[in-house]
Parts: sequence; C-alpha cells; structure tokens
Amino acid sequence: MIHKYKLNGYNIVLDVNSGAVHAVDELTYDLLDNVMPPFSPECPENVVKKLSRYYSAEDICSCYEEITQLYGEGLLFSEDDYEKFTKYAVASPVKAMCLLVSQDCNLRCEYCFASTGDFGLGRKLMDLETGKKAIDFLLEKSADRQNLEVDFFGGEPLMNFEVVKGITEYARSKEKEFGKNFRFTITTNGMLLDDAKIDYINKEMSNVVLSIDGRKEVNDRVRARVDGSGSYDRILPAYKKLVEKRGEKEYYVRGTFTKYNLDFADDVFHLYEQGFDQISVEPVVCDSKMPYAITERDLPKIFSEYERLAGKIIAGAKEGKRFNFFHFMLDLDQGPCAIKRLRGCGCGNEYVAVTPDGDIYPCHQFVGIEDWKMGNLNDDSFDESRKDYFAKAHIYSKKECKTCWARFYCSGGCNANNLIYAGDVHSAHKFSCEIEKKRLECAIMLKAVQSEENF
Amino acid sequence: MKHVKTLNKANLKKSAEKGGCGKCQASCQSACKTSCTVANQKCENLSK
Repeated sequence: MIHKYKLNGYNIVLDVNSGAVHAVDELTYDLLDNVMPPFSPECPENVVKKLSRYYSAEDICSCYEEITQLYGEGLLFSEDDYEKFTKYAVASPVKAMCLLVSQDCNLRCEYCFASTGDFGLGRKLMDLETGKKAIDFLLEKSADRQNLEVDFFGGEPLMNFEVVKGITEYARSKEKEFGKNFRFTITTNGMLLDDAKIDYINKEMSNVVLSIDGRKEVNDRVRARVDGSGSYDRILPAYKKLVEKRGEKEYYVRGTFTKYNLDFADDVFHLYEQGFDQISVEPVVCDSKMPYAITERDLPKIFSEYERLAGKIIAGAKEGKRFNFFHFMLDLDQGPCAIKRLRGCGCGNEYVAVTPDGDIYPCHQFVGIEDWKMGNLNDDSFDESRKDYFAKAHIYSKKECKTCWARFYCSGGCNANNLIYAGDVHSAHKFSCEIEKKRLECAIMLKAVQSEENF
Repeated sequence: MKHVKTLNKANLKKSAEKGGCGKCQASCQSACKTSCTVANQKCENLSK
C-alpha cells in the first residue's frame, strides 16, 4: 500500500508498510497511478502510450525501472506482514500513571473535559497516603519495566503541591530498592507558580506541560479565573521564568484551539515569539453541540490552517527561527518499533489514572465514568480482565485502521476518544483521524523540505 | 536515482524483529492528553 499526495510543491509517496518516504517528480507521481505489482520487466506499452502525451518514452521507462527497483528493495508496495505480531497484544505491566492529585481547579476553562477540574465527582485533593499507595501499586504492577512514568495532573496539581512533593520524594526513595527509574511530569495552568515551585519542578520533573492557548484574547476568552477574568497576564511571566531556568530539560507550552481560534497558527507563532521553542496546540475534544466545538464543517479551514502553519514554520526556519510543534514532530528513522505502532494508546493496560479517592480508571479521560472503573487502591481491587480488553485494541482490531495509510503513525488513536465519540474502543473516531492524517501529511512534507534545505 | 529521492532508512520491518520491549514512553504521557500520536516518540531500547 502506498499513500501519495502533493503539498507545498512536493510530491510525497509513503510506502505504508516499510515506512519509506519518497519525494518524487511529476512523472513518478503520475506513473504510480498506472502501475502496481506484479511488475513486468518492461513498462507496459499501454502505460507508455498513455503518459507519452506528457513525458518522453525514455523517461517513462527509466522511471519505471526506478519504481521496480524500489519495489525489489521493499521500499514501495511492500507487504503488510505485521498482523502476526498481534499475538503479543496481551495484558502488559502497568508502567505509567496519571495521578489526579487535585480534583479541583482555580480556573474555569470553558472547554475543560474534566468539568472544570472535578470530573463531575466533587472537588477534592489527594492525600499523601493515597499517593503513596498509588506509587506502591505502580511498583508492584510494573513487573520488570524499569522506566516508570508518573504524571501529576488535575484539576490543577499546584493546588496540592506539598502532596506532589511528598509523592515524588516517596517514589525516589523506592527507586534503588526496586530497580526503577521514575520520570515525573506535571501539567499546570500556571496560576500558582512561584520561584520555589519552579525550582522544584525543574529539578524533579522530566517534563512539564504549561497550559496556555496563545494570544491573550484567545487564551482569556476560554481560560478564565473563577471571577471571569483572564489568566494570561498571570501565567505568561511565570512560564517564561520557568523555561528560562529549565535549561535543556523537556517542556511544552500546550494550548487548545477551538472554533473561536481556527487561525491557531497565529497562536503557535505568538507562543514562539514569547520565547518558547517547544509548543503544542491541539484541537479541543468535546461534545459537538458545544459552541466552541470544532466540527466536520470546520475541517477544510483546519486543514488549510495546518498547511499555513507548516508554511510559516518553513519560512521561519529559513530565518533561523526554529521550534518544535508537537504534532509535526516525526522521526522517520529512529521512531518506535513496529510492535509499538500496532497499539498506540496504553490506556487501561500500561497506563492508568488514579483519583483522590483511590479509584483506578483506564486513563484521565475515563475518570468519572463509573462503568469503566477498574478498581480502588484502598480495597486492593483491580480488574485485570480490563487490561486484556484494552490490550486487544490494536490497528488490526479496527476496521477503519486496517486500510488506513496512517495506521503506523497514530496506531489506532486515542481509546477514550474512540469510545466516547465513536462508540467503541475498536472503532476509529473519524473526525480525529481526519485531523491526524492532515498533521502527518504536513509533518512528512516538512521532512522533505528539511532534507532539501538542510535545516 | 533520477526521479525519486528516498528520505529515510525505512526500517519499520527490521524494527519488528527486536521490538516490543516496552521500555518506551506510554503514548499519552507527553503533551497531548487528548489525542494519540505514536510516531513522534523515541525508541528507548539502548541495547537494540
């Protein structure tokens, strides 16, 4: 299977099953519409005749030779022979945990999937004992996995920062004994950041996600305080200070775009102009009836906006303005192995979320959906059969993915989105797929530009 | 090649041979939290 498209003056051909990416000329692009395996030694006469209106017979034949050579090398029309690996799609050790240390928030963001912080479960803070139990659970359930990830999430985790520190210190105290390496992440809205918290986060957290939506008017329209005033003026200086002191450690400024800012490329560049070089701005995920929801009717505008963003990134890079946009980041050579790519989302299997009450859910997006609760830390309950269920949600279990060119890049998408918006974890959420495919086309095109322009 | 420029090493098939060790990041733990992209992650199997 191949996927070919034109973007920004480039003709891109992706060989889906090998992962090979080719930039091709017009002739190759056209010829690939007319030939496919099994290949005869010479280019079929009818094809030469058909294309000879536009190209010389000599060129057509030399191009055909290149195509058959690439086919022989397994770089074009390669077979999908990965389904045999789905036998490994079984329950795995838990290696990552989202800790809702604060089921409360000091902002009232209009689009919050956590119902402005409490997940519909009431406003609560996690106590240290529950946090320690969560770490003990992870140590036990992670079996031989060495790298363990803990994400302090909410609500707003800085509202319970002493517990964040207590849990971090407890986990660190267990690393040597259990042979584990904890990697902590914190996702914050920045309202309570101060020098002491910044220093602690920069010391202990391997990644920090700083929520901000971009331009002041865009951010403040939806990311409002309880009294309705905006958050931008408070958080921006704090984020700048944190990033300035962070050195080379990973971080993202992370925004959400909605129907209110379909010109979100300007928000990405606004964040860049404020001095950030690790940027993620992502589509809102919500009920389509919400006024800020993006819907299928918005897709053409969103697609053109991603193209505009890619164009701005190229133009900026030529002037030495370089930054990472999370959804355009792609490693065509050293990315994850094919086995990993069969099942992207680890939710409910390798990854769980824990609430202040000690309830265990498949992930943060499932929190509050009672039917999907997997257990509780306080009574040692944990439904292992749910792990098997999620483990089997791979690209060959989803009919839409089986024939999709993007299946080894998104790996079947987000289980929660698939369940909530497509009705089943074994169905792909088409709307998310369309956006993902556009981002991938832009990301691959950027690789072609980088290869040519050497930036 | 005159007509085609291949941009990468295309090692997806080879990666399957020693793949599946589980050392890498769980997919949603970076910046997203609301979507899933896998191909932007790193292989963390240093012995591979």
